[in-house]
Amino acid sequence: MNPVETRLKELMLASLDGDARSYGILLNDLARHLRFYFLRRLSDAHKGDADDLVQETLMSLHTRRATYETDRPFTAWLHAIARYKLIDHFRRNRIRATVPLDDAEDLFAVDQSDAAADRMDVERLLQSVPEKSRDLIYRTKIEGQSIAEVAQSTGLSEASVKVGIHRGIKAIAAKLKGRADDDR
Amino acid sequence: MTTDDLIARLTGELKPVSRLAVFWRVVIGLGISLVVSSALMYFWLGMRPDMMTAAGTMMFWTKFAYTLILAVAGTWAVKRIAYPLGSIRVSLAVMAATIVVMIVLAMAKLAMTPPDQHMAMMKGHTIAVCTRNIVMLSLPLLVGAFWVLRGLAPTRLTVAGAAAGLAAGAIGSLVYSFHCDESAMPFIAVWYTLGILIPGLIGAIAGRFVLRW
Repeated sequence: MNPVETRLKELMLASLDGDARSYGILLNDLARHLRFYFLRRLSDAHKGDADDLVQETLMSLHTRRATYETDRPFTAWLHAIARYKLIDHFRRNRIRATVPLDDAEDLFAVDQSDAAADRMDVERLLQSVPEKSRDLIYRTKIEGQSIAEVAQSTGLSEASVKVGIHRGIKAIAAKLKGRADDDR
Repeated sequence: MTTDDLIARLTGELKPVSRLAVFWRVVIGLGISLVVSSALMYFWLGMRPDMMTAAGTMMFWTKFAYTLILAVAGTWAVKRIAYPLGSIRVSLAVMAATIVVMIVLAMAKLAMTPPDQHMAMMKGHTIAVCTRNIVMLSLPLLVGAFWVLRGLAPTRLTVAGAAAGLAAGAIGSLVYSFHCDESAMPFIAVWYTLGILIPGLIGAIAGRFVLRW
């Protein structure tokens, strides 16, 4: 399950039981998420209303927290309230929404944990490559430098840069293949 | 007030919330207004004088079952729509099916009766007041249902208002059935049903103004 959801839901469940410390953490966290959420959906002329909307949403969360059903996702519940507040704001001010209203995932923006896990995999694989090749691969494939640039900065010829990269990638491929064999 | 101040205030006010809080709000809101509606029926219209004999008839219980099923489904709809992501589809399906069954029964009854009596069965002797009385008895319940929803978090206000109105109309018709001595199935199928749908319509129209939060 989504780690943001898991964390916030735990905080919410503790809050429903009366744990003020969890509640404080939850509200502070949500205030940040909500501010970003509203700012992205308000036109430039109305950006100033974002803070009011954040406060209204937090207040509604507080007075209507009994309507959170504990067996359902917390983020979806909160999003429904935030979305209601936003639409109500549009109606009150007779604003025609030109930004698409969205799904619950949007409120909790992009979860970076998958990307972080990918990066760790890459780092681990690179560790298994001889140091010289590792550096070359890092510069070309990850930092995105050209062969010529790397050749110049390392003092190697372009041909040996290419050979180094090729060797490194072969080592990685062998490593991955070996791992795949282990899994079998 | 800054958001930090607000958070400090809300955190300070925090009290544990019962898992049954929504349930109790529905019970209290509709319970009290049911008492009000029943008192209105008792003092304004009066119980049907033949209550004791009527309790032995099939028709009394058919009416009772019809309005009770709709009342339960309506109450359930009010509870469901009180949640931000709530939907009343299940309740609506139950209500629609119940009404269809009633209409089929009424048509079967008409088919078994000589045509010259059809008009009499449709009109009964209270056609002029039946639907109006049900709507009147459902008004306290509509107020009660609105009170329930105003403290909770319905996000689709027209649907929520309709749910409140249907529940009020159905419970109101249940109350009314203790006064009304009509016993023809076609009469019930038309005028009771109308007495339930009209509060539903009133609720749907009023919902977006009254239920806003």
